[in-house]
Amino acid sequence: MSAAGPGRPSAHWRHRLAERGIDRQLILLVPALVFVIALFLYPFFYGLSLSFQPTDGGPFSDYARFFSDAYERGTIWITLRIALPAALLNVLAAVPIAYRMRGRFRGKRLVTTLLVVPITLGTVLTAQGLLNFLGPTGWFNRILLATHLVDEPVRLTHNYWGVFFSLVITGFPFAFLLVLSYLSGIDPTLERAAATLGADWRRRFTRITLPLLMPGLATTFCLTFVLAFSVFPSAVLVGNPAGETRVISLAAYQAAYEQYDYPYASAIAMIMGFVELVVIAVVLAARSRFYTGATGGKG
Amino acid sequence: MSAFSQLRLDGVSRRFGGQDALTDLDLTIETGEFIALLGPSGCGKSTALNCLAGLLPLTRGSIWQDERRIDTLPPERRGFGMVFQSYALFPHLTVRANIAFGLRMRRLPKEETRRRTAEAVRLVRLEDHVDKLPGQLSGGQQQRVAIARAVVFEPSLVLMDEPLSNLDAKLRLEMRTEIRRLHQSLGLTTVYVTHDQEEALSLADRLVVLREGRVQQIGSPRELHTRPANWHVADFMGYRNLWRGRVARRDGSRATVESSGQRLLGEAVGDFADHADVVVAVRPEDIRVDGAGETSNALSATIEVVEYQGRELAAEARTDTGQSLHLRTEQRIAPGDQVKLAIDPQRLLVYPAGATAETDRLADTPAATR
Ligand SMILES: Nc1ncnc2c1ncn2[C@@H]1O[C@H](COP(=O)(O)OP(=O)(O)OP(=O)(O)O)[C@@H](O)[C@H]1O
Ligand SMILES: [Mg+2]
Repeated sequence: MSAAGPGRPSAHWRHRLAERGIDRQLILLVPALVFVIALFLYPFFYGLSLSFQPTDGGPFSDYARFFSDAYERGTIWITLRIALPAALLNVLAAVPIAYRMRGRFRGKRLVTTLLVVPITLGTVLTAQGLLNFLGPTGWFNRILLATHLVDEPVRLTHNYWGVFFSLVITGFPFAFLLVLSYLSGIDPTLERAAATLGADWRRRFTRITLPLLMPGLATTFCLTFVLAFSVFPSAVLVGNPAGETRVISLAAYQAAYEQYDYPYASAIAMIMGFVELVVIAVVLAARSRFYTGATGGKG
Repeated sequence: MSAFSQLRLDGVSRRFGGQDALTDLDLTIETGEFIALLGPSGCGKSTALNCLAGLLPLTRGSIWQDERRIDTLPPERRGFGMVFQSYALFPHLTVRANIAFGLRMRRLPKEETRRRTAEAVRLVRLEDHVDKLPGQLSGGQQQRVAIARAVVFEPSLVLMDEPLSNLDAKLRLEMRTEIRRLHQSLGLTTVYVTHDQEEALSLADRLVVLREGRVQQIGSPRELHTRPANWHVADFMGYRNLWRGRVARRDGSRATVESSGQRLLGEAVGDFADHADVVVAVRPEDIRVDGAGETSNALSATIEVVEYQGRELAAEARTDTGQSLHLRTEQRIAPGDQVKLAIDPQRLLVYPAGATAETDRLADTPAATR
């Protein structure tokens, strides 16, 4: 072999790796990978192994304890009952608003800012606002009472609805921004083409835009659902943490910091993660049935 | 949806902000006609087409389909088929579903939808690809889907916006024939936008030349080819030799022009008097190389650059007075050759120059140094 010999096989080898989608520059990802392992994977596996080492009983006894206690088991249902409708409402409400706002118009930036402001508020401020506005002596009830629409204040805080509203207020901006960016990724000429083919706006939306948007909506739903499922502050602040809004993260918190039973808290955390995974898997399975390729927009 | 006998555009205008994109377009389209909208980039061709399709509201003017005013109708109620420059195929629908879309929207019976879709598929020769998604097709195939989709519901008017501009030269020629064939066999009425004069000449029954949003000329391919209405149109229709000059004498339709210290005899087109500034326009193929012995319009020149173009050679020559010109010839010439050129006076068109700012880019002539 000549001097060029050693160079050639290595180029060859790099090509073969590249063909399999492996790029040597992936090495640059190592620091980030270390970070992820240290901050996420390690605690996860630590928690996983901890959950199989209960203070008494066999490796699965903490799981058994959770599922055999109706009060504990019920937290899954309570959390799903809040998180699923809240995530769904966020996505469904975001679609028409983002659809109306996808074009260019005067004042778009202002409207977008107003819609997105709740992100910057944080849960606690939102909770306080909700208490002021929707509480028994809040403006909303005072107006209802003053106009004699009701005789007694409507209870909208310290129960299911308080948590639900709080999740909608904090989750909507996320959903809206995501849906807006997915929508602007769809080439507007497609709808114009549909119009020249005789489709009115309703059918342009249902036949063209919506199918192309569905994968994006599924992703948006997953993200807002995960946010809502781990609800904690608002469940305490504007909910009824002892009763109808005793969400699963609250159960884990109580196990860890009130009973100091870390293995049991870990088991609850694992169950929580598993439920989220199941929901996401179902949504993503449904998503894969839609067209997920290029939609020709500005991306 | 319903066929018409006449479509009339009456002063159709469109402004964007403070800028006129289309000004006072008057045009009557007879059923069965193939009209080409032609002009340089940014002249308002797409704007005109979108106004016709209903995708852009007019700022002024009206559109009439026989006695019915249609410029206030939304696109879905006009029933015009449109082929977009970017094709705009629905990426999530198969070729078959794309083509059937217009029929579905009209809620035709399933059986008829299936039959007419299959017919359209056969017409554009895509039988082997009906179950593919648009992303799995080549450019030419996508193009054919776009055309089939726009004609399958038998629209009263088909609008095409530079449908061939994304294709390679060979495919462009094939598709050109295909489009003309479809137009004839389906008895369509077509408005076709292009910036390619050759394409427009070969396809259309009538050409509309636009410039800066204004109609410059409407006429048959022959009229546009042999007698452009002004030197801008001439420029666009392949008159590559445009020189400034000054009229020495006008004599009816004949004009003698002083250009680069030479006297040229030509056909006067348009209004101008003696001593007016004019622009002289000649096609490269109208300059003959065998000019020895000619008395009028003879120029001696030196060949500078020669391009081989199959049967013909395209050459750039410089006259002894310093004028550069383009010519085409079947004779063998080589750079450095001294030649005698001649131009038939009937093929040398003389136009009024118009605003000086516009003629500034033309070749330097005595007019510039007067
Ligand atoms: N949405 C718009 N907003 C502002 N100006 C526009 C808009 N669309 C077009 N224009 C302007 O109107 C003029 C005509 O545009 P148009 O798209 O009709 O040109 P065209 O003849 O189709 O050109 P091309 O051959 O490059 O497609 C251009 O000067 C363009 O800048
Ligand atoms: Mg255009």
